[in-house]
Amino acid sequence: MNLDQQLFDYLLRVADSDLILAQRLGAWVGHGPVLEEDIALTNVGLDLLGQARLWYAYAGEVEARFAGRQRSEDELAFLRDSSEFRNLLLLERPNGNYADTMARQFYFDVWHRLLLSELNRSNDARVAEIAAKALKEARYHAERSADWVIRLGDGTDESHAKMQAAIDELWMYTGEMFESDSTDQALAAEGIGCDASELAAPWREQVTAVLAEATLTLPSGAWMQSGGRRGVHTEQLGHLLAEMQWLQRAYPGARW
Amino acid sequence: MVSSAQHLDSRHAIDVAWSKLAAIPDPEIPVISIVELGVVRDVACEDGEIVVTVTPTYSGCPATEVIAEDIQRALASSDLGRFRVQTRLQPAWTTDWIAPAARERLRAYGIAPPGERAAASPIDVSRLKRPVAVAISCPRCGSLSTKELSRFGSTPCKAQYRCEDCLEPFDYFKPH
Repeated sequence: MNLDQQLFDYLLRVADSDLILAQRLGAWVGHGPVLEEDIALTNVGLDLLGQARLWYAYAGEVEARFAGRQRSEDELAFLRDSSEFRNLLLLERPNGNYADTMARQFYFDVWHRLLLSELNRSNDARVAEIAAKALKEARYHAERSADWVIRLGDGTDESHAKMQAAIDELWMYTGEMFESDSTDQALAAEGIGCDASELAAPWREQVTAVLAEATLTLPSGAWMQSGGRRGVHTEQLGHLLAEMQWLQRAYPGARW
Repeated sequence: MVSSAQHLDSRHAIDVAWSKLAAIPDPEIPVISIVELGVVRDVACEDGEIVVTVTPTYSGCPATEVIAEDIQRALASSDLGRFRVQTRLQPAWTTDWIAPAARERLRAYGIAPPGERAAASPIDVSRLKRPVAVAISCPRCGSLSTKELSRFGSTPCKAQYRCEDCLEPFDYFKPH
């Protein structure tokens, strides 16, 4: 693979993670525990959707350099199958209860902000400017989800138990965030992307501090799930895509 | 002489474009214009074509597309001739660009205007490492005894607050 092909793949990993989480958060519309949360979750989802669009638009331009054709944001989002998606497995996990949704968000937000702060320094001007924009938004997301982990963890016996269960349940999906394959390494070497393995230590430090404040126990399991970044997904993604893509599949090219 | 006349023409066209743009209200906060909001970054004239450069506030803000349509409509209805609208992401939009007069209009409208942005905060979510939150003044009664209800309000750029004195809820334009 040449560098453009690797960059395309790398951009899809970032964009797909944003899109899939945005879709999950969108499912909370009308179901939030209180109105403020309904609005907040969907605003976070909206930020992520906007970021996904910026990444997809650039991915399409990069693809045109080596593939001779350029897919639009919509084609990339709505006309690829499960095995072509590169999102983290963590983000396709079902919404579950509010603690499950917040645990997923917290693990992702802390990582996402670290990632964006690295990409903000990318040698690739487009990557750097999109990351700079997204980074400002990611700060609110991370602070909000950390606050919820603390509020539920250091809350009632029931909320504490549910938060701990969610933190434990999703732990095995966190290892994938720090994987580094030949694509990551090639782009890191060019100063375009970052080597995600370097994000593991600061991520763990922040997660440990928040869980301690939340009176929660940091999970200790060492075995981690893997595959999303290579297109090997859980069955959950297929269900999500069926709902998200059905209109464009049933009526190709349909517009509002 | 021809070139200087053309230069005057383009200078005039740019001024007209700015005045047209300054008359476009923000779709969600109609008391301030898109120019006061800071989303119009530049107006230039390139080979007789007016080029308007805009930047989005938040990357997912639905108002972005409405603003682009409003600009198209406003410029098409003027005698400016050819024009196009382009997007620029860098430097990323900040509330520091909101004009002082517009801040007072926000307050009068019931939205607490954005405070100063915290200096570059560390990429760390631990509460001890976050910038200290400053007290937000209630846009209705001026009380500093206010409380954040949610980090997101009616739009992505605002947070929901409540005044502990007059008990009114209000939106706070988050420093960004």
